[in-house]
This record gives sequence, structure tokens and C-alpha cells, in this order.
Amino acid sequence: MTQKQLRIKINGDTYLMYEGQSVLEACRSAGINIPNLCYLEGVSRRASCGICVVEIEGARTLVRSCVTPIREGIEIFTNTGRVRKARHTNIKLLLANHPRNCLECDKNRQCELQKLSDDLDVRDTSYPKIRKKHYDIDASSPSLTRDHEKCILCARCVEVCSQVQSVDAIEIAERGMEAHVSTFFNKGLDASECVNCGQCLLVCPTGALMAKHETGSVWKAIDEPGRHVVVQAAPAIRAAIGEEFGFEAGMPLTGTLAAALRKMGFDRVFDTQFTADLTIIEEGNELISRIKNKGVLPLITSCSPGWIRFAETFFPKLLPNLSTCKSPQQMFGTLAKTYYAEKMNIDPSKITVVSVMPCTAKKFEARRPEMNSAAEYWRNKGRRLPGGTRDVDSVITTRELADMIRESGIDFARLTGEKFDEPFGISTGAGTIFGATGGVMEAALRTAYAELTGKSLKDLNLKAVRGMGGVREASVDINGLTLKVAVAHGLKNAREVMEQVSKGKSPYHFIEIMTCPGGCIGGGGQPVPATTDVREKRIKAVYSEDESMPLRESHKNPAVIALYDEFLKEPLSGVSHSMLHTEYSRRDLYPGI
Amino acid sequence: MSPEDLISRSAEKHGRERKNLIPILQDIVRENSYLSEEAMVSVARELDISPAEVYGVATFYSFLDTKPLGKNIIRICKTIICYMHGQDEVIRAIEDRLKIKLGETTPDGEFSFLPTNCIGHCHKGPAMLINDRVYSSLTPETAVRAVEEYI
Amino acid sequence: MDSSTRERRIAEHKKRVNLIFKKCVWDDFLDRALEMSPEDMLEKVKESGLRGRGGAGFPTWLKWKFAREAEADEKYVICNADEGEPGTFKDRAILQEQAGKVLPGMLVCAKVIGAEKGFIYLRGEYAYLLPALSQEVENFNEKIREKGERFSIEIKLGSGAYVCGEETALIESLEGNRGEPRNKPPFPVSEGYLGKPTVVHNVETLVYASIIISEGPECFKSLGTSDSAGAKVFCISGDTDLDEGIYELEMGMTIKEFVELFSDGDIKAVQVGGASGHCVPRKKFADTIIGFEGVPTGGSMVLFNSSRSMYNVLHNYLEFFEEESCGQCTPCRIGCQQLLKGIEAVKSGEKPSEYLDDLVKLAGMMKISAKCGLGQSAANPFISIVEHFREEIMY
Ligand SMILES: Cc1cc2nc3c(=O)[nH]c(=O)nc-3n(C[C@H](O)[C@H](O)[C@H](O)COP(=O)(O)O)c2cc1C
Ligand code: SF4
Ligand code: SF4
Ligand code: SF4
Ligand code: SF4
Ligand code: FES
Ligand code: FES
Repeated sequence: MTQKQLRIKINGDTYLMYEGQSVLEACRSAGINIPNLCYLEGVSRRASCGICVVEIEGARTLVRSCVTPIREGIEIFTNTGRVRKARHTNIKLLLANHPRNCLECDKNRQCELQKLSDDLDVRDTSYPKIRKKHYDIDASSPSLTRDHEKCILCARCVEVCSQVQSVDAIEIAERGMEAHVSTFFNKGLDASECVNCGQCLLVCPTGALMAKHETGSVWKAIDEPGRHVVVQAAPAIRAAIGEEFGFEAGMPLTGTLAAALRKMGFDRVFDTQFTADLTIIEEGNELISRIKNKGVLPLITSCSPGWIRFAETFFPKLLPNLSTCKSPQQMFGTLAKTYYAEKMNIDPSKITVVSVMPCTAKKFEARRPEMNSAAEYWRNKGRRLPGGTRDVDSVITTRELADMIRESGIDFARLTGEKFDEPFGISTGAGTIFGATGGVMEAALRTAYAELTGKSLKDLNLKAVRGMGGVREASVDINGLTLKVAVAHGLKNAREVMEQVSKGKSPYHFIEIMTCPGGCIGGGGQPVPATTDVREKRIKAVYSEDESMPLRESHKNPAVIALYDEFLKEPLSGVSHSMLHTEYSRRDLYPGI
Repeated sequence: MSPEDLISRSAEKHGRERKNLIPILQDIVRENSYLSEEAMVSVARELDISPAEVYGVATFYSFLDTKPLGKNIIRICKTIICYMHGQDEVIRAIEDRLKIKLGETTPDGEFSFLPTNCIGHCHKGPAMLINDRVYSSLTPETAVRAVEEYI
Repeated sequence: MDSSTRERRIAEHKKRVNLIFKKCVWDDFLDRALEMSPEDMLEKVKESGLRGRGGAGFPTWLKWKFAREAEADEKYVICNADEGEPGTFKDRAILQEQAGKVLPGMLVCAKVIGAEKGFIYLRGEYAYLLPALSQEVENFNEKIREKGERFSIEIKLGSGAYVCGEETALIESLEGNRGEPRNKPPFPVSEGYLGKPTVVHNVETLVYASIIISEGPECFKSLGTSDSAGAKVFCISGDTDLDEGIYELEMGMTIKEFVELFSDGDIKAVQVGGASGHCVPRKKFADTIIGFEGVPTGGSMVLFNSSRSMYNVLHNYLEFFEEESCGQCTPCRIGCQQLLKGIEAVKSGEKPSEYLDDLVKLAGMMKISAKCGLGQSAANPFISIVEHFREEIMY
């Protein structure tokens, strides 16, 4: 289908542009940049900020370019005195009520408001501050904080939470000068439906939404004499960390990452991909066993903690469909303080497990009360670990890691690549692709196929489950069984798939769900900006890593094989169950009501 | 009628669709004078939307209060035309009579005395609403008498 | 002018213009209208020169034409009875006394555009009109059903938000949402209630539309001026010694004529069009026409005598906007706050009087960059009052 072309004029020059483009897009394709603040492509058209205004010949008022479609013959002026003054004034108005304490702000140097006021040369802030109501910072969530004072009411967060995640934990409340972003009755975020995904903070143009920081506790552990601090880095970190240090998006930096972690002072530098491989073995066997024993199907993946919270909140009846496997992060924590401690003969109470995750929900996951299997393990052996011992002690995001690397004075770009430590540093390409939507499914299929047929897939690249489509499906023939699978990312897509399951109409055996668009590479802890384009580049990096790995099937990971021999015995064994599996419970919102 | 019944009856009457949210909230306010947390959560469940959305909508509208109010609600116009005709004295007279300030609720929960914007009786100002009834051309005396009708 | 002359003149005006409040029987009219083709009706309204009475003054026939041409399975007609503009109370009076003429107006519009459903959005403050109005609507629905029409009307109550008078905010509110105005385009005539073509009209516009259809465009067109055809219902309040308040008058009077009729003469300013309208000072009374060619008004005319403080007036209006702004867009949400705070600061000496010039520029910017009519017109009283009564703001 050929799209209709329209003849338009921008600043006096004539262009041919496509029907359906907005004035902003048309100008952008003509190489003319229009500053904007609230617009979020494909997600938010609230047009609240009034920064993107332009003049249109014949219009009485200025026009918001982000939401105004072009039409034949339209004459656009992007750089008139009126336009510049209006943008200037609107920024000044936003700054009037803004704390402007950039030095103390987590968004410093990455803040769109800050950048825009610099770009537009706003130097005076003569309007007085008159915010009427004060709201305390909401720090109830283990994943993020909300600071009303810095909010410019662009509503991107509200739109993302609703349009992308279908969670609707936050809304604009009240009106006029009192308008503000609020959870139900301004109760803390933790008491709301929020699933801790952090997609809202990725799009927040200011420091109003920030991830909770745990860098302090990590440094403290590293600095403490006698403490054995092990770090695990999730698959998605290597695909994105470079962006924090000036690399193009999509540059995998596995070796550099390992080198940096070692230089920072961690005692052992491990790879979450190792437990990703382990997850595949357990989950693959769980799938096979459910199919063979007519267990609850479809089986649904459980490695994305935002998704788990979502299911517990919105689909409690379907919790039996979830795989009982812990996420790779939590399997790692448990094993580090049990198997590894025993193997290396280290006092488990002296071990600190730090995770570097692309994800804000992982902070929440590590704090789930049941995530203390190591303490349980030692108690059964007659040994009490200090009260409050967690399997994973601290979770930092990619951005926090970058802060720590900078603080250490490490010149990231000039590091020579190093390897992860053994035993938990050995992984396969299957573990790597956990970072991208469809990756867990692909990894599981590689292993399930081999388990059931005794041989590897002819082509390990299962392209059918790759890509950015919201819900993708595929079927794979394995020894006469047609295994039907689906992949969904972004919780709005997940909801769609779950509603089908709920109605008993799901044709699938196995479903992969990732909370964040694009999968973990698009997690709430990743570098900003995380546009669709950037996410796609990170995904490419993930698959190129996979192809470069000597081993690409989880069951071939020698360290995993050794782990079974030495400790777990076999998949789904009793030990596996107590160490690597977990359970879920319905989450009643607003208890007491 | 229990609040739960009231809400499900109202949802039944208007239909369980998003577009009927406001009529349902209005029904609750008519019965209970305000929207409690419990009521809003029930409405959210009835319509299968999030409580935050219900809260967002409720707090947008001046007449969908989310804080407890008295049984009788006096809303006095605070716009300039009524002000020009002696709204101050009327407010003071009502404050004296009820022993509360504008914006407050009597301790016995009988009256809330609230300011509101123009209610469309400007030529007969000062004007006020008590519940759904309008009182205009007020003097301190007639205003107090109007309030006393509800005691 | 002495008071008996004024009384005589007012009586003359009333005699010349008596469309809206004239008593008449509506059954015959309905029959006549139902025989007429939609094209004829549209043509009549076009010929009459009727423009919207809700404030913006968009040609009524054109709205109908757009909605008529829009292709959709469902269309809607909405009667905007959210009357919240300070100093406006005519729609209430019309609904109380002449609901019988409003409803046929909705039917006519529905016939032209092809709608089967109409809503009356009645402001919550007017809930007391509900019993009588519901009865009228019920009878009307019944009557037209008997005549084989599929159209029916439903009343929806507002909940206390001035901005819901703005047509797209009104539609949001009808859909169960926060009353935040939408981006335009698309306009309601192409995508309105539930995304369907929708015509929103002020109560008064609908009455004139039905009168024009039933009595022909001439009775309307013969009144007023070329830009502002016909008559209009005015709401007169403030420093007037007449408390009747509501008068249907020909369009195109000057403010001078107006003030002479409705006051004892000691008037220093008239706020035309409510809080969102313009303040006209005495020196401009003679050459300011009330109408689309001069100062337009949705009906509100507030007279201020020489004892009034224009600072108080402006302060009150700005408080009104600060509270009633929906709060979604920067220029209006924060702009209104700054204007209010700004005049307070100048008054108290915290800011120099030149700061008023900055504020006037800010107001000018709100006029062109606020998203909807509320934020755009909040600047009107500010600019006009500061321009003409600067001293009163300063000292
Ligand atoms: C803030 C604001 C408030 C408004 N309030 C009303 C109102 O109360 N009644 C009304 O008829 N129009 C109101 N309008 C105008 C409507 O948006 C719309 O133009 C009108 O209902 C169209 O009807 P008309 O063509 O009959 O004038 C308001 C506009 C704005 C911007
Ligand atoms: S949000 Fe941006 S502008 Fe505001 S304090 Fe933080 S860095 Fe500075
Ligand atoms: S973290 Fe996710 S679920 Fe929570 S408010 Fe933000 S977008 Fe919504
Ligand atoms: S919290 Fe951030 S994203 Fe949300 S409205 Fe405020 S500034 Fe925008
Ligand atoms: S101008 Fe005011 S009322 Fe209109 S959309 Fe903007 S904030 Fe809302
Ligand atoms: S970017 Fe267009 S209005 Fe904010
Ligand atoms: S100003 Fe008070 S009712 Fe209009």
C-alpha cells in the first residue's frame, strides 16, 4: 500500500511528507528539530507541556506539533519569535515550581527538563515558587521513589503504566493547581497495584521518579574486612552498560563488564547466565513433566518478578500455571550461600551476594519474605544464619553500576576484557538470550528438544519466537508432539494472553512472559533513553553474543552438569525443590477494605 | 442499605461500563455525602477498573468529595458578584450560627459549610445551595433562617 | 436617563424581541419539523446566520454540516447545560421556563446530522431542575416515539467542574473520565462522544434553532447585525438596580446603550462574557459593540460602579481560574497561579509595578499556547483589567 503524500511547507521550504505524520514528525524528517517534553511516541499524546508549539499559517493560536497531523498545503513555522517566547515561558513556568537542586538530583545530567532549559537558553527563573500543597516523597516501594516536587505533570508515567503495562497504579488526581500524580488515595506505591517494573521511571523526563539506590550497602560490604562479596551480572547488563560510557547502543561488552566488576573490588565476579542455564534445565523438565503427567498447562515462565507480582494481583486463579522455578537471580543467591559456600569452605554468614540487574522489580523480588532458602538450608543442618539473612543481599541496577564504576575511577572504555570467575561464570548462549523477549522460550525449546529427541535442533536459531511483536506464537514438532508456544512482553500484552488462559481458551503448552517491552534489556534499571530503537539494538547485541558462544544449549553447560552431580542430583529433585523452586500467593489489594 | 448493596444496585441500574462511573459515584454521594475508600474500591471492582482511576476521577470534581462531609451541605457562592452584594456578612452569620468556619463540618456531622464558584443566581446574590436547594437574595437573617430549616 | 424613560425603553426592547420566552404550543411545530427534509432544515439554519450562543460563536449550520457529512454508525447531539461562567444564568431560566423549546432543537439537530441519541449535560449545581426537566424529557421522548422517531434524550448531571462546559471536556466527563479537554483536531463533529460524530450546543442555540425551523429564518435574521445576526439572552448582574436579570435583546448594541438601560449611570466598567470575557472601561462604552464584531459574550454582563475595586474583581477571577483549570497543561495550570500571585506581589510591593508588564506578556502567551479555551481566555480579564485599571492593581 502506498501512503498518500502531502505537499507541505516548513519555514518557507516545500516538502513532500506522508499523510498521517504529525507536524513534529514531518519537521523531524525534514531535519528540523522541535523541542518536546511530554510527548512519548506511540504511548502518550497528552500534549500537556506546551513546549512543542509551532505556528501554522492561518491559526489563531500556536499549535502543539506533537499531536497535530499535517494536511495538504499546511504552512508550518518552527522558529518565530512567538514560538521561541512561548517555549521559553513554558519552561520558566515549569521551573518556577521546581526545586532546581540539580546537584542533589539523581537525574542530574540525564534530565530532559535540565537539558531543555539549557538548549532553549532559559537562564532567568523570575517567576516565584508557588506550589500549594506539599507531598512527602513516597519511598514505600523497594524499587522506586516518587518526588512530587520534581514532577512537571507530563503524565508520561501514567500513560506508560496504563497503556504499556495495563497496571493503572497511578493516575492524575485533583485538578487545577492541585493536580498531581497519585496512587489510590495517595497511599504509598507499595500498597498499590504497582508491579515495580520501573517503566515509568525510564520515561520520566525529570528526577520525580527515581530508582531506589543500594550502592551504599554494596560499597560497605566491599569495604568490610573479611566479607566475601560475590557479584552476579544479569544477561541484559552487558548489552546496555556501554551506553552509560559513550558506546553506541547495541555493543555487547561482556568481558569489559567482568573486568570492571573485578576492579571495583568484588571477591568473585559471577554470571547470572549460569543460573539462567540452570533455570532452563529445571523449567524444561517441569514442562516435560507437566505434559507427560497431564499437569496444569499452559506452563508460564516465572523469571520476571514484575510479571509475578502482576499475576499475583490480577490473575491469582492462574498462579498454578506459573512455573515454580525461582528466577535466575534468586537461584544464584541460594546457591552462592549453600553449594558455593560449602564447596569453597566459606562461612555463609560472611558471604554477601550482590546482583547487578537491568530491573527495578528485582529489588522487590530479593526482598520477598520467602527468598531466604539458604538460611532454611543451614537451619536444617543445625546452623543458624544471622536474622534477616537474604539469599540476595543487594540489588543494583545497570545505572547504579555505572555510577559505581565512575566513582571507582575506572576508565571503562579502556578496560581489556576479562572472564567471569568459576564455577558460576560459565554459561551458554542460551543463558545470554534470557535478556531478550523470546529468549527464555528459545533457550527452553533448544533444551526440551534435545531432552525429548536425544539430539540438538538442526538450527538453534528459533527465529519464530524472536522480534518485537507484542504477542508472538510458534509451534515446534518434537517427536510427533506439536509443542505450541507463545511469547508476550509488556504487561498489556501479557494481560491479553492471560485473559485467554483465564477463559480456558489458550491453545499453548508454554508461554513466556516478560514484564518489560523488549524483555530484560528494556528493564526499568537500564540506561536511559530506552526507546524502541535502542531496545532493538540491545536485542541484536544479545543474539550476536549468543552466536559467538561455543556452547549454546543450557544442558551442555559443564558447570551446571557438575552442579547436578555434586549437589542437586537431578532436575526437580528434592534438593532442587527446596533450593530452586518457590511458590506464589494471591495479593489482596487494599487489605481491610 | 449497606454500602456494598448501594453500589452494586447503582452499577446494575446504570450499567457496568466505564462511561457510567460518574452517575454511580453521584448515587453514592447522594446517599453518603462523600466517597469513602471502601466505596471507591467497590466501585472499581464493579466496573473492573483500577481504584486509582476512580480516585483520579472523583478528585477532579468538586461535588464528588473524598473526605467525610456533614449530612447537610451548604455551598455558598464565593464569586465576585455575590461578594459585591454582601456575601461576607452572610458567611459570618452562618459561621456564627453553626460555630464553624467556612470549609469545616460541624462536630455533630450535621452540616458542612463550603465555598463554591458561581451557582447561577448572580442577579439575586448572595446565593447558596443547601443540598440541592437554592437560596438567593440572602441577608444574614434569611441565610440563618434557611440553615435552621435543616436543624 | 430617568427611571421611567428606562422602563419605557426596556419595554420597547422586550416588545421588539420576544423569541425565546414567548409562550407557544410545540406539538404543531414538531409535526411541521418532522415533515421537513434535513436539507431544508440545514438550509434554514444557514440562512438565519445563527452562531453558537455558548461563547465561541461558531456558525451553527456549519457544525451540523460537518457532522452530517461525517460517516459513522452512531452520532450524538449534546445540549450543553453546564452553564458555569460567572454571571451567566440564562440557560437555567430557559430550561426552567422553555424546556419545551430546547428538546425540539435537539431533535432538529439530530435529524439533520443523523443522530438517534441526545444528552443534556446539566451542571450539578442545577440538580434542583432535575424533577421537572426529567418529566419534560420523558414526555418528549414518549411523544416523538409515538410519531415514529427513534431519537431519545437522556439527562446527565455534572459534578461541579466549570471546565466541563468546554465541549471536549464535557464529552470526557460523559465517558466517565476526568473532565480534561482533548486535543483538537479531531473536533467533536468528527470524533466526539465514544469517538463518534457529535454536535454540542448551548441551550440557547438549540432554542433559536427550533424557532428558526418553525417560524422561518426571517424572524431571526431580521434582528441584529450582519456579523451578529439575531437576538441573544443577556444576564445582567452586578451594579444594576433591576433584579430581573434576564433579557432577550437584539445583538449589536453598544455598551453605552446597554449601561444606560440597565443602570443608574454610575458604571465604571462592564465585564462582558463572564470571568473569561473582557473588561470594558467607561471610556470605551460608546464605541464597543456587544457581538462578534466587538466584544462577544455568552450572555454574562456584569456592571461595576465607581466604588468597586477592580483589583478585587481580577483577584476573584484569577482564583476562579486557578481552581477551575483542569490542570493538564503548563500555560494554564501554572500561568493562572503566576498571574494571581503576581498581582498580589505587586499589590504588596514585593514586586515592582513593571512586573505587571511581564505578567501581561505571560497572559498573552497563555492566550496562544494554552490547550483549550479556559487557559486561553483566562488572559482576557487579566489583560483588559490591567490595561485599564493599572493604578487599582498597583495601589
Ligand atoms: C472553559 C469553557 C467553558 C465553557 N462552558 C460552556 C458552558 O457552560 N455552556 C456552553 O454552552 N458552552 C460552554 N463553552 C463553550 C463550549 O466549548 C462549546 O463551544 C459550546 O457548547 C458550543 O455550543 P454553541 O455552538 O451552541 O455555542 C465553554 C468553553 C470553555 C472553553
Ligand atoms: S529533575 Fe532535572 S532539573 Fe530538576 S533538579 Fe533534577 S536534574 Fe535538576
Ligand atoms: S513501576 Fe511499573 S507498575 Fe509501578 S507505577 Fe511504574 S509503570 Fe506502573
Ligand atoms: S512523575 Fe515524571 S513522568 Fe510522571 S508526570 Fe511527573 S514528571 Fe512526568
Ligand atoms: S487550558 Fe487549562 S483547562 Fe484547558 S486544557 Fe489546559 S489546563 Fe486544562
Ligand atoms: S511535547 Fe507536545 S505538548 Fe508536550
Ligand atoms: S456570582 Fe454568586 S451565583 Fe453567580
